[in-house]
Amino acid sequence: MKHFLDITRETCPMTFVKVKLKLAQMSEGEQLEVLLNEGEPLENVPRSCEEQGYKVLSNDPTDEKGKHMLVIEK
Amino acid sequence: MNLPANKKKVSIVCFSGDFDKMVAAFTIATGAAATNREVTMFFTFWGLNALKRKKGRVATGNSIMAKAFNFLMGGLNNLPLSRLNFFGISPKLMTNMMQKHNVASLPELVEAAHALGIRIVACEMAMHILEVEKSDMIEEVEDVAGVATFLNESEDAHIIFI
Repeated sequence: MKHFLDITRETCPMTFVKVKLKLAQMSEGEQLEVLLNEGEPLENVPRSCEEQGYKVLSNDPTDEKGKHMLVIEK
Repeated sequence: MNLPANKKKVSIVCFSGDFDKMVAAFTIATGAAATNREVTMFFTFWGLNALKRKKGRVATGNSIMAKAFNFLMGGLNNLPLSRLNFFGISPKLMTNMMQKHNVASLPELVEAAHALGIRIVACEMAMHILEVEKSDMIEEVEDVAGVATFLNESEDAHIIFI
């Protein structure tokens, strides 16, 4: 099952707080797509996920300028 | 919550009970917990106001002095801004400004702190002075403890005093 989270309207620390809480609800092996802004969220969210042992499968810019789509596997 | 022994630890002493400083404390706490740190928030003196079950002005306590202090200080909804409080209007204005810029409000940060399993500890001595019982506080208060417990638990932690 694929989950989705849009954190483009969030600011620090809720960007990575929401990702962390979402991942906590998910089961092992499930994937989470995260839409995020460039800058602080793009620097911190993938890093904090990897630090916690989650796999960042992809991290690509979207068609919308300044936004990225991250796919994380729990 | 079972935590690995090598986890980084952060202990935050919430002393001031000012609105803006409490926002800072909960921002650091939730940020730290979300980045895999073990976080303890130790509430003492004016900070206890943020933990009261009733978030408005209630005359908690037995003595006249304690009742007066508790009523005048109020709860989470009455925390003053550390500068330019203007009789309590400024925290509301600040909350509006925070919302306008998509910054999480204090109640949202508190809720996130609970969801992240941040350990909330209340200071026994301050509770005695202000005659606040554990039953007067939110159920997320995990422990009532003194400075020795706090220091023991924070031995290998970063300690932040706000």
